[in-house]
Amino acid sequence: MQLVLEKRPERSRRMALLSPLLAILLTVITGAVIFALRGIEPLHGLNVYFIEPLTQIWSLEQLVVKATPLVLIGVGLAVCYTANVWNIGAEGQFTFGAILGGMILVLFPAWQSPLTLVMMLLFGILGGMIYGAIPALLKIRFNANEILTSLMLVYVVQFLLDWLVRGPWRDPQGFNFPKTITFEGLQLLPMLSGSIHLGAVFAVLAALVLAFVMGRMLKGFEVRVVGNAPRAARFAGFSRPRTILFCFLLSGGLAGLAGITEVASVVGQLQPQISPGYGFTAIIVAFLGRLNPLGALAAGLMLALSYLGGEAAQVSLGLSDRIAKVFQGILLFYILACDTLILYRFRWLKPQALAATQPAE
Amino acid sequence: MDVWFAVFLTIVTAATPLLLAATGELVVERSGVLNLGVEGMMVMGAVAGFGAAFLSGNPYLGVIAAIFAGMAMALLFGFLTLSLVTNQVATGLSLTLLGLGLSGLLGESFVGEPGVRLPKWLGIDMLIPLSFILTAVVAFVLFRTKAGLIIRAVGDSHSSAHALGYRVIWVRYGCVLFGGACAGLAGGYLSLVYTPQWVENMTAGRGWIALALVVFASWLPWRVAIGAYLFGAISILSFVVQTRGWSIPPQFLNSLPYLGTILALVVISASRRLTRGNAPASLGQPFVPDR
Repeated sequence: MQLVLEKRPERSRRMALLSPLLAILLTVITGAVIFALRGIEPLHGLNVYFIEPLTQIWSLEQLVVKATPLVLIGVGLAVCYTANVWNIGAEGQFTFGAILGGMILVLFPAWQSPLTLVMMLLFGILGGMIYGAIPALLKIRFNANEILTSLMLVYVVQFLLDWLVRGPWRDPQGFNFPKTITFEGLQLLPMLSGSIHLGAVFAVLAALVLAFVMGRMLKGFEVRVVGNAPRAARFAGFSRPRTILFCFLLSGGLAGLAGITEVASVVGQLQPQISPGYGFTAIIVAFLGRLNPLGALAAGLMLALSYLGGEAAQVSLGLSDRIAKVFQGILLFYILACDTLILYRFRWLKPQALAATQPAE
Repeated sequence: MDVWFAVFLTIVTAATPLLLAATGELVVERSGVLNLGVEGMMVMGAVAGFGAAFLSGNPYLGVIAAIFAGMAMALLFGFLTLSLVTNQVATGLSLTLLGLGLSGLLGESFVGEPGVRLPKWLGIDMLIPLSFILTAVVAFVLFRTKAGLIIRAVGDSHSSAHALGYRVIWVRYGCVLFGGACAGLAGGYLSLVYTPQWVENMTAGRGWIALALVVFASWLPWRVAIGAYLFGAISILSFVVQTRGWSIPPQFLNSLPYLGTILALVVISASRRLTRGNAPASLGQPFVPDR
């Protein structure tokens, strides 16, 4: 007997819904094993990591705060990956958005008007779009692999930010710390409730708008055809270069918005480290959300929980908060593995049937 | 004389991990599989190599542990992409994310500990000549032996190779594991030779540069070696700047390898003759045998 994969006649709708849940379940089981290996009672560990952060108001607020950048970036990436356009440099677009948006305040530190924030947000979006346009144009014009170029640009912009906050943009009154002036007053995003800021509204709006665009508008159809059936797209007159540029501008702009909202709320200034890897974790958000903007909304909350759980595990269990990254990586593996069940099913093959299918030697 | 030797040494030490990892990935891609998880396999090799050498006191055990860590990660990638037919791009990405996370967790107690340096043989690190032997062997096997012909056939047209009776999946498993071993060894070089200590994310994008090198080399082993040394040469720039006392921000110098990678990709990719000629035709395509 041998276990083989067999292509399903059509996509399994049931599995498409079940696979993310199955992946989460498997991640939780793996988590229990990791806790046990570390000498922690598994149920206690799971409770601290996955349940307790959901039981208190302040931690629920933190969940939304952490989900905000993840959703903003993740919905854009979901559109990209649907089009088979591989932007994995969202972390860089996030950072460049934060830099360009923060530039407004470094140049005009005393500017306090309702327009300040609007300009910051616009420049943040613009920064993300500019930085996303680079790999897109290199792909279109020179056919340079966008996966590699967009990722390389992440390192470049992180060095740029590091240089800015240690050099020309350093706060003169900042006791030589590598940071810009602290943003205050109207330069910060308004709070909605507790620690939840206006960025959460942007995230929900982005998910809703993109869900409409992808599901109901020609542009969304175009993106899907270019991604799933490149030949059909050519016959339909859908241009792949135009789609590549559209995807990068969209996801870059959203990542830039996430960057500036993050520094204009949670961080409050520009400093060398402004993100715990949101741009990379958002890749997992896009996949866990089945490349669907509304799915990414839910997935963003799930991955925000993984960050919170990591912090809780550090405080209550004495584990490193790096365990969050491990859970996130494992989760993506399980998602991809479970997605196999949408297109394929397993079948036991009897030895005689197997012999018939072996290639002739 | 001493200065030139130091310059040469800087280039070689910077080039060797790139050469090791890129040569492994070249074989993987020649068999038609795109493993974007080089960075993840490499960083796991680095932490395993450091850990084994630190805990046992034996740097050779470190080298072996690095190789096996890379292969273990590669096996995970192979199981998903080859047996479960998952998307290779996404799976490679998740391998990198998992490797970076897991190595950070495993290496937490190693931070700040003094490492064990791999001893030199006859005044040079043995992994340096080994990287050239590896390149020569890969070049020979790929283009002068039947095994190499099979690997390239599988990479260029998996359906034809399958129809001829070759076990496409098993050939690919072998190549993926070889790539993992090379990436793990490259990581081990970083934590046992380059800077004998453990620093989180110490691969610093070298796995991605290795991936770019394969494209830059248009899938030819000796060009990988040339490319790796060109990239190694970028690292002497900071050396030059230091000795001349020029005031260039270190952040700018540090970003040069990444900018150089983008430039190299653009120059090579713009030439269709170079990229289309050697790129394995089935690269990144999933394969499920017909039944």
